[in-house]
Amino acid sequence: MTINIQASFLPHTDPDASLAFYRDVLGFEVRNDVGGGNMRWITVGPPDQPTTSIVLEPPAVDPSITDDERRTITEMMAKGTYIRILLSTKDLEAVFDRVQSSGAEIVQEPMDMPYGVRDCALRDPAGNLLRIQQVS
Amino acid sequence: MNLATLVLLRRVRDRIDRDYAQPLDVEALARGVNMSAGYLSREFKAAYGEAPYSYLMTRRIERAMTLLRRGDVTVTDACFMVGCSSLGTFSTRFTELVGMPPSEYRRLALHGLPGLPSCVTKQVTKPVRNREAPPTSAVLT
Repeated sequence: MTINIQASFLPHTDPDASLAFYRDVLGFEVRNDVGGGNMRWITVGPPDQPTTSIVLEPPAVDPSITDDERRTITEMMAKGTYIRILLSTKDLEAVFDRVQSSGAEIVQEPMDMPYGVRDCALRDPAGNLLRIQQVS
Repeated sequence: MNLATLVLLRRVRDRIDRDYAQPLDVEALARGVNMSAGYLSREFKAAYGEAPYSYLMTRRIERAMTLLRRGDVTVTDACFMVGCSSLGTFSTRFTELVGMPPSEYRRLALHGLPGLPSCVTKQVTKPVRNREAPPTSAVLT
């Protein structure tokens, strides 16, 4: 029995800004784009990994989420404590240069961490934290 | 709290994470987002539970712990490498956060705690994040 990670979800606050970031800066392909206005679900993913996607979605639209919870989620996104993901690449320096020259917010330049990985950290346009680590 | 303010606070916090080794102070951080130092400190603490100066020093101490564990970095070098300009302030804050002075931490990280296996030493001396850690609670919990 094999289970694939099909998709995971990241919130956006500006769908066009998030789309541009994942497509034009990270080089992901766009696999689907449904809805309109701020209510868009945009499926992106690495071209070399066609069976795993990230769906960029409007935050906290589940009607079961209360107004208080929605406000908390929105605040956590703004202050940068809500969602993080971990990506990897074989050429961290090149990816970092590309991200930095795009004007994205950098949280940490490439650095050797005490737990044995080399990585950098940055924000996507919605304030989600992306760590990108070097793999051989 | 206002979302635009929270985004500015996030930028300040990210700048601390990014540039902690630079000679940053709260005035410089506040200028970067057009706030007064007092306003930034209050709002930052309200948002993150810790004042920006404290967050900055925690980040520096955390990195200093990593440097001291290498063995080829002295306490004085570590202090300046992480952006602290005062060895006294560095040592005081280090001791508050880690539960022992940096010289003692360095010695333990390099030579181990007498009578304890190395895996336990590793656990006791590993970097902490935003955790005031007296030595009694750091040992074998």
